[in-house]
Order: sequence, then C-alpha cells, then structure tokens
Amino acid sequence: MSYLIGRLLAALPVMAVVAVVVFLLIHLSPGDPAALIAGDLATGEDIEKLRVALGLDLPLWQQFMVWFGKLVTGDLGVSIFSQVPVTQLLAQRLEPTLSIAALTMALTLLVALPLGTLAAHRAGSWIDRLVMLFAVLAFSVPVFLVGYLLVYGFAIRLPWFPVQGYARLADGAGPWLRSLVLPCVTLALVYIALVTRMTRATVLEALHEDYIRTARAKGLGVLPVLLQALHNAAVPIATTVGMGIALLIGGVVVTETVFAIAGVGRLVVDSVQRHDYPVIQSVLLISAGVYVLINLLIDLSYRFLDPRIQY
Amino acid sequence: MRLNHFACAAALLAATAAALVPAPAQAQTKTLRFVPHADLKILDPGFTTAYISRNFGYMVYDTLFALDGNGKPQPQMVDSYTRSQDGLAWTFVLRPGLKFSDGKDVTAADAVASIERWAMRDPFGAALKNAGAQWAGIDAATFRLSLKRPFEMVLDALSKPSSFALVVLPQRLAQRPTTAPLSEVVGSGPYLFKRDEWVPGNKTVFVRNPGYVPRKEPPSGLAGSKQAHFDRIEWLYLPDSNSAVAALRRGEVDFIESLPADFIASMQTDPGMNLQSSGAYQGQLVMNHLHPPFDNPKVRQAVLQAVDQERFMAAIGYPPNMRMAHCATYFICGSPNETAAGAEPYRKADLARARQMLRDAGYKNEKVLLLVPSDVTYLNALALVMQQTMKSIGLNVEPVSMDWSSVTARRAKRNAPDAGGWSAYATVANEFSANSPIANIYLSAACGNTLPGWPCDQRLDALRAAWLYETAPARRRQLLDDFQRRAYETVPYVSLGQYQAASVARKELKGTDKLWAGIPNLWVLDK
Repeated sequence: MSYLIGRLLAALPVMAVVAVVVFLLIHLSPGDPAALIAGDLATGEDIEKLRVALGLDLPLWQQFMVWFGKLVTGDLGVSIFSQVPVTQLLAQRLEPTLSIAALTMALTLLVALPLGTLAAHRAGSWIDRLVMLFAVLAFSVPVFLVGYLLVYGFAIRLPWFPVQGYARLADGAGPWLRSLVLPCVTLALVYIALVTRMTRATVLEALHEDYIRTARAKGLGVLPVLLQALHNAAVPIATTVGMGIALLIGGVVVTETVFAIAGVGRLVVDSVQRHDYPVIQSVLLISAGVYVLINLLIDLSYRFLDPRIQY
Repeated sequence: MRLNHFACAAALLAATAAALVPAPAQAQTKTLRFVPHADLKILDPGFTTAYISRNFGYMVYDTLFALDGNGKPQPQMVDSYTRSQDGLAWTFVLRPGLKFSDGKDVTAADAVASIERWAMRDPFGAALKNAGAQWAGIDAATFRLSLKRPFEMVLDALSKPSSFALVVLPQRLAQRPTTAPLSEVVGSGPYLFKRDEWVPGNKTVFVRNPGYVPRKEPPSGLAGSKQAHFDRIEWLYLPDSNSAVAALRRGEVDFIESLPADFIASMQTDPGMNLQSSGAYQGQLVMNHLHPPFDNPKVRQAVLQAVDQERFMAAIGYPPNMRMAHCATYFICGSPNETAAGAEPYRKADLARARQMLRDAGYKNEKVLLLVPSDVTYLNALALVMQQTMKSIGLNVEPVSMDWSSVTARRAKRNAPDAGGWSAYATVANEFSANSPIANIYLSAACGNTLPGWPCDQRLDALRAAWLYETAPARRRQLLDDFQRRAYETVPYVSLGQYQAASVARKELKGTDKLWAGIPNLWVLDK
C-alpha cells in the first residue's frame, strides 16, 4: 500500500512538468487560433479583437496561470472553437477509443499468445518461419494500407462491415461490434506481430530453462509444459501489452481517420491543427496521466505474475 | 471441463454471429447523409467567414431575401416590400406565421437587430451604412430602411450568399457583443440543430423544423419553397477522401460536397453516381503592398504578365472541362459582372516581357518570401507553380513551407518579410466572394483596410463608391469596366484562373439538378 501511495505521489511532479512542457510547446508553436476562427477572409483587426476576447493577447505566464488555476479545480475549460466543454468532448470520444483499445487487445492476446507459443515450441521449423514471416509483414505494412485493403475486401466487395463510423454500444451490441471489426483487425495486426515476437522469444528462453527440462523428463505433456513456460514468460509480455494499451488510448490517429471514428486520437490531431489550446492541453495531460497509471498497473501486475518480485 | 470450454466457445460464436447480423432498419426515418467540405467548428455564421458556418446558417436560419437560380434577389422571410420613387425609403413586411425554434414569433425587431449585427462585419453592410442606412421597426411585422443616398443594391446586400450571409436571429441574441461567436442556436430555418447529437469533428445532426413555414413558390437557388423532404440530415465529416468515396459507393453516405480532383475521373464513369459542379472558384495570389518589392505596382504588373492561368489550374488537378484556359475578369467568368476591360495586355503569359517589366520597375533583387502551405493540396500546388513563375522572371523568391493555420497567422503580420512578415501567398475564393467590386474582398478593401496584403489605391476606392451608388444601369456598367481597368493597372491581387469544384451524389438522390452554385441547399433534395 505504501508503495502504491508513493508511486501515486511521485506521479504529481511528473504531471506538473508535463503540464508546463505541453503548455509551452503548444503556445510557442507557430499558428493562431484567432486567425483560424475568424476565417479566410477576416481582416487583421477582426483577428486582433478575437485574440483579446480569447485572452490570447495576455503574456504567456498569465495565460498559463489562468489555465492551471482552472485545472486544479477540475475545470478543463471550453474548446475555443466549438465552445463545447472539454469534459464533454472527452466523454464523447472516450467510448470509441476504449472500445477500440479493449477489442484490439483482446484480439491480440487471443491470436498472439498461442501463435508465439507455437512458434517457440516449433522453433526453426517451417511453422516458426511462417509465423515470423507473418509477424514481419504485419508489422511492416502501413496501417492505412491494411485499412484500405480491409475496407475494399470486407466492406465493398463483401459488404459485411461498414466502411466508416462508430455505432455506440447503447445502440446494440450487433452494430457496435460490426463497426469495430475492421478498425480493430487493422490495428491488431501490428500488435499481434509485436506480441507474437515477444512471446516467441520469451517462451523459447523459458523452454531452455532447467525446470522445464526436468518437467519434460518427468513426463509432463506438451501443453502443460508450454503453459508453464508461457506463465514464466508473462512479465515482459505484460509490459508490451500494457504499453500497447497506453499507445492505443493515446491515439490511433490513422485508423480513426481511415474509418472516420471520432476517438481521442483524432481529437488531439484536429485540436493541434486548429490550435485549440484548452483541448490539446487537457487531452495531452490526461494521456500522460493514463501512461503513468498504466505503468503503475504493469508494475503491480508483475507481483501477481511472478511472486518472487517484491516491492 | 472440456465440455465447459466447448460450451463457452459455442456461446461466444453464437453471440458473435448474432452481433454480426445487421440490426433492423430504424423506423421509417428518412435520412440524408451528407459529407460536408469541412468540419463545422463555429455555430455562428455572423462571426466567421468560414463557408461551413454559412452553410450551417442556411440549415437552421432563414434569410430576409435570397438569390434565385438566376442570381436575382427574391423575398424569402419578407412577404412584400415597397421602394419609394427616389430609392431612399424602403418598407418590408414579414410573412405571417414565422416562428423561431424556441416557439417565439419572428418580429420586425428581430430582423432589424440581425441586420444591424450583420452590418458591423460585412462589407455590404458597411456600404449601406455609408449610404446613411437607418433601420427601424414600425410594428411587429413591418420594418423600414431610410437612406441618405440611393443605393441600388439593397436587395443584393440583404440576399448575399457569401460569407456573412444575413440570417435572422432573435433580437436578444443579435444584440449580444460581437467579440465572441454565439453558441446558442435559435433559428427559423427549415431544420433544427440537434445539439445533443453534435460530435465536433465528426457529426452534426439536423431534424426537420415542424414549425417552418415554406414559401409557395417552387425552390430556385436559395429562394422559394424550402420543403425539407428529409426528416433528418446528418453531416458526417470524413476527413479521409478514400473513406468518403468508399462510403458513398457502399451507400453509407448519399452526397459528398467537395470531391477531390483525384476522384473525378472514377466518379464520372460510375453509373451509380451523379457528378456535378459545385460552384466556380478563383485562384488568387495575394501580395504584400506594404513592403518591397510588391509595394511597387509595376512589379505586381510584371508578376501578372508572367501568370499562365492554364498552368495554375492544371496544377490543382481538375480535368480540362472543369477549368478555364484563361479568365480575363476579376469578377468570375460567367457571372453578370464579367468584363474583359483592361485585361488585353495580360491575356497571354509573356515571360520575356515580364522580365523586361521587372527591370523597368527598378527591381533591386529584394527577397520575395512566398508562404507555401504544405497541408492543403490545391494551395500547395498553386504556391509551387507561383514559386517557379516568379523565379523564371528573375524574382529572388524564397519559399517558406508551413501548415495553413500558420499561414493564416503569418499573413496578419505587417512586418517586413525579413522581420517575421511575408511577401505573397496563394489562396482561392468561391464565386460569391469574388463576383463584384464589393463582394470581392481584395477589391472591396478600401485604403486603411486591415486586410492581409493591405492594398490601397484611392482612385480604385472612388470608382468602387461611384459604381455602388450609381443608379443608371449603363453608367454602372461603364463604372464597372473602369474599376477593372484600374485594377489591372494597380493589381490589388493576381487572379490565377478559374475552375469548377465538383460534388457527387448517389443516383437515387433526387433533386440534385436543383443544387445551386456550390451552396448546399439541401432542402431541394429527396430520396
């Protein structure tokens, strides 16, 4: 428990540094939201008036204090374009992003763990080579290309899934799942490749350990042996999966763009393009928080996966 | 144990299979799924010049007058109007039964407040003010305009379809300070905005306004009956063009407002699709008139002499039948104000002559900082051809690549090019933002303006004013020609040519022949 509290407290200065860095990076980059809001044909005077109204004419430190002051009271501010509260924008975007992340990771574990273990079991055989070839290909082909190919194959030629869009879970499990199959398969290919390689390497290492040799000598079957090896190889796999989830929540912009899914990734990119400061700052800060939290969860999971680890 | 695993697997498969069966269609809601050209960010069409906000305005608000399919102003919310013999006194009566979405009646006070708000931002509104316009409500349905001098274009102003179209808001909203956009949407248009379903960056939903009272006349342009055939209209912003076209082919969307040039050929040959023009656009090179070398009109003339419009338009990528080899007018070829006055010397690009003109202008090899947007394909193409053109006549051009949002910020700076300023950038304007000396923003900018580029020529200002306030048609035409002649001498900006943008709809969508000039008058469509 003291470890947990210590880790959470240690996260606070990290988040404070992230807040400052994010603020400075965004405000010092060229571009002016007032000019974008005012539109293509606006005059310089129009833009200047808007800058004053938005508080963008204030010195940078004052703008930071205003933002930070609201932040500590839990107020993430309002999008300077749509005037929609950032919390509402995030609430709209979280469901698709979490759905994609959960389904992609489930698919990844379902495919990658058996595949990697099988490759390790048959190391050097044609099966192993085939699995590794698949992993290399899945990792190398650009995500957008996989997306387009899947859309062509399974939305246009075989009209099984929609081309674009996200159906909310509240509208029924069927439409929800149908809207997620193609984007999740597209994304999962990369993670399957990653986790398959990691699983193969760690299981292979475990299979060469003395205790496995002993277990085999005692006549333990292939499946129990592999399961034991997989269990002992779980720590590095958990790290890879955990970081994968963090990346997925942080933003899978290409997939969200190709399949026109309004998730957190596209929210970040759209906001950066239009310099919507309150949205970018809040989302990046929350993403950093998610990274810290997932790192903590990964560390805690080690204890369950390997009882030898003590905190 | 094995049986349990089997049962679990079977249950999972069954659930998956059930999930993949398409859900039954929702009960008889006739929906149009429309892919707009941009993401809707601002809900206030009176605040930003962005076309997407204007288009939003046409969905949820109504206008006092509107242009018909021939470009003629027609009463829309107005039932009848009178004009005094001398043109100085106008009276307008609103149609009976007009209601805002909050249930309140639309009154003359709302109309007057909306006009006054609009006049604070719009060049047409400013011109009316200069003519001494005074607006006043007479009773609940009647309002009056009195002028100090005749202004022939009163109805053109009230019906203008470009940015800052005059939409009617409730008085309480129209009177709010104009320093921030309005986020409350209370209109009296054919559709209601569903704020609870709005996902900025993705989806905007409208439902038919049950309280809307359409006109009796058939729809024409933006005028006439707005029947609103669809119960629901969804604007789905699909930033990836491939996905948008695939969704159209699959029938997930019905209509793409702005089709990228790359897809035109395949859509033209697709029997299930209906490709049409979505309005004329003009390419424009905006130059900074405050600093050398473009503070010198002779240097600007040299650039004009070097411009081969055909090359610029080809670079954008539209097929030859959708672009013009050359358009001589500043005011959109094919529009009522088209004129060739003053254009003769520049009809054909002549690089040798342009080089000579540059030498004669006394050009001292000053650096030309050309802003090149890297993220907007067609603007990038225009900038790159311009870079080559400038180089070929001996201008010391230095391209500066940046994203469009950075261009918009940089172009507002008045500094010299080597002190954070700029020399030139290319952009495009829709026909309604170019088709007259007052609508064309780079030609309507009088001296002392705050427009990026800061063009200033007092003779041009005088000619514009004379054209605006002249009432005799023949004399107006003469003044228009004189204005353009002078524009070709002082070159407020360089026209880079004209092209037709394209939109595409599925064949089963009816009424696409009534779409007009690139403004999505979606109320004419049906399925």
